[in-house]
Amino acid sequence: MAEYTIKVRRFQPESGEGPYWEEFNVDLEPSLSVLDGLLQAKDNEDGSLAVRCSCRAAICGSCGMKINGQSGLGCKTQIGEAQEQANKMKAATGATAATADSPIGVQAPEQSAGVNAAESGATATAGAEPIVIEPMGNMPVIKDLITDMESTHWTKIRRVTPWLLPHGEPPEREYVVEPESMIDITQSMACIQCGACVSSCLSMEADPGFIGPAALAKAYRFVGDPRDAETHERLHDLADDPHGIYDCTHCFSCIDACPKGVAPMDQIMRLRRKAGEEGIEDPNSGHDHEIAFVKIIEKKGTLDESLLLQESFAPGFKGKLKPSKRAIREMLGSIPTAIRGIKTGKMRSLHKLIPGVHPKLPDQDDVKAIYAHAEEHHEEFNLYIKGEEGELAEDDVEKGIERSTAPAGQEADK
Amino acid sequence: MSGEQIKVAYWPGCVSRGFTPELHGSMGLVAEKLGWELVELDRANCCGAGVIAEHNQELADTLNARTFALAQQTGLSMMNICSTCQGAQSECQQRLDADSAYRAHINEALSGQGLSYEKGEEGGWTNKNFLWLLVEDYGLDRLREQVVRPLSGLRVGPFYGCYIVRPKERLGYNHHPDRDIYLEKVIEALGGQVVEYDGARKCCGFPVITMARETSLRQAGTHVGDAIDAGADCLVTPCPLCHLNLDMQQPEAAKVVNRDLGLAVLHLPQLVGLALGAEPAELGMGKHIASTRWVEERLTAGAAA
Repeated sequence: MAEYTIKVRRFQPESGEGPYWEEFNVDLEPSLSVLDGLLQAKDNEDGSLAVRCSCRAAICGSCGMKINGQSGLGCKTQIGEAQEQANKMKAATGATAATADSPIGVQAPEQSAGVNAAESGATATAGAEPIVIEPMGNMPVIKDLITDMESTHWTKIRRVTPWLLPHGEPPEREYVVEPESMIDITQSMACIQCGACVSSCLSMEADPGFIGPAALAKAYRFVGDPRDAETHERLHDLADDPHGIYDCTHCFSCIDACPKGVAPMDQIMRLRRKAGEEGIEDPNSGHDHEIAFVKIIEKKGTLDESLLLQESFAPGFKGKLKPSKRAIREMLGSIPTAIRGIKTGKMRSLHKLIPGVHPKLPDQDDVKAIYAHAEEHHEEFNLYIKGEEGELAEDDVEKGIERSTAPAGQEADK
Repeated sequence: MSGEQIKVAYWPGCVSRGFTPELHGSMGLVAEKLGWELVELDRANCCGAGVIAEHNQELADTLNARTFALAQQTGLSMMNICSTCQGAQSECQQRLDADSAYRAHINEALSGQGLSYEKGEEGGWTNKNFLWLLVEDYGLDRLREQVVRPLSGLRVGPFYGCYIVRPKERLGYNHHPDRDIYLEKVIEALGGQVVEYDGARKCCGFPVITMARETSLRQAGTHVGDAIDAGADCLVTPCPLCHLNLDMQQPEAAKVVNRDLGLAVLHLPQLVGLALGAEPAELGMGKHIASTRWVEERLTAGAAA
């Protein structure tokens, strides 16, 4: 057993007060979960501490929360590991930190924590930092760690028409599909709707209207389904929306937050790829930017930045002959930035200012040969599905060793 | 590792020779001061920055396999100076290393060029950002010994760039769990003061600057503003793409978040270079959009005190 201090961001709407921090001291095995710690505090210290939970085994998806700022499930995070993380981050920033204000601009945590710790008469583990627990981000808080999943998460899920839209009349019996054709979407099907990815989403932080990682992963689940007949319409809709697939800032937060390996960002990139394959032009320059980038590297080998800007907004001959309103606005808007760059000298050269002057690599033909090979094969290697070579065999060996060396009696616990 | 001479195959990336030329320049200068030998991969191609992978995954994997193979031809491990290169290349390397049949398929496209990417043994061939190499291979103790102008009193906010902190599993955090606090360690080793603020490991917004300008600049403006509010004299980043949004676009970001900004954003080699005694002008700091004068004043004041 070990002692931990958990610092919980609390909010009791009926009190009329704003959110505040409260520390609880709990005593449990390091291998138990942060959720176990919270439930102990609820049992022993304050029954009003509100947290959603049910299965305690990362299946139901109820206990989404932020632990030391990282979104995930309370039941899938070991409290010992959370303690190590809290200590590490404090050691990194604490020793010389100029300011260490809490990221949420509420009551100073140190003050309230001090009072509560004194009142409860408990002492924190010496030298250990409190484990900080907050409700999920990007959604309203109802009470303590309970967030309103309806107004953000479920509303966004419904936005992507999360059901099958098949061809014509339904068959007399079940739909029959080749098992291989469904493998691609098994990763997005693993979602348990916990909202951890939504909580972690950095695009949504800047644009609350963003459809977001959970809903877009769900969208891919139907886009990739061979029974669905509205693939093109779905993709068109998501590419057209300024808060759709091209609003994802590619920050990988949702990949690390997801407890089930869904990797929502990877699904969003698949949606973009499919939209490109379907030839869908969008008003956000998403597709044009992608194609411009790919073509520049084929031609030059390294990036011609000014050409990328030009071709993203006004692609090809047509784009220049009849530029869109948005292209004109964006190009005019970038002039002040370019002037500043010329003034400081960062862009003071012809090949940086004039699109297309950028030199190509000495052996650009080698790069072109790579393009020819890859365009022909187009192989997609999904680690989630294929796994690492030899990984299974090694796991089996390890499990075998564990089994043979485990003392009698422990086996039954597992 | 410490004690060994550092000699690496050096991939500067595109942006460090494009819109942030001061990064490539300062890296060369700092390598000289540290006694590192950089063998520049001047025939290597763009990493694709995630955009080519979005278009055609196999294409991105093959392009980066070519870069890795060029590095392996020199017999040296590889160094990059861009978080985005690190992330995009690590993603491709992860797939290439996962499966020998897939690797063979990719190498087939390189065979005509006499190139082949070979999976390294554990701890063998690596591709590391300057930040990782500095902490893991050169070592902070050696770095401390090289400091001739401690950054005393300079309050520095770290800004990592998404591609170098996530996803943890792909980026080797199981072997190097502290990679998300290396910037803090380096700032401290150089004698500076770490500023804690909300945005250090968040997104600069650059990947969507052409597609969702407001979302993009709101992110950049918010993080710069938060760092100012936390008392930072400057930010430091190992990613030139972050630098584009945080520095070059800073006046535009200020309009979106509707507040005054004006915070210097240094490239990692520039911060190291200052502590090693290089002059701001040599490090190309005059090329920045957000003025670095305040940083220079702080350093002069710190040296006088």
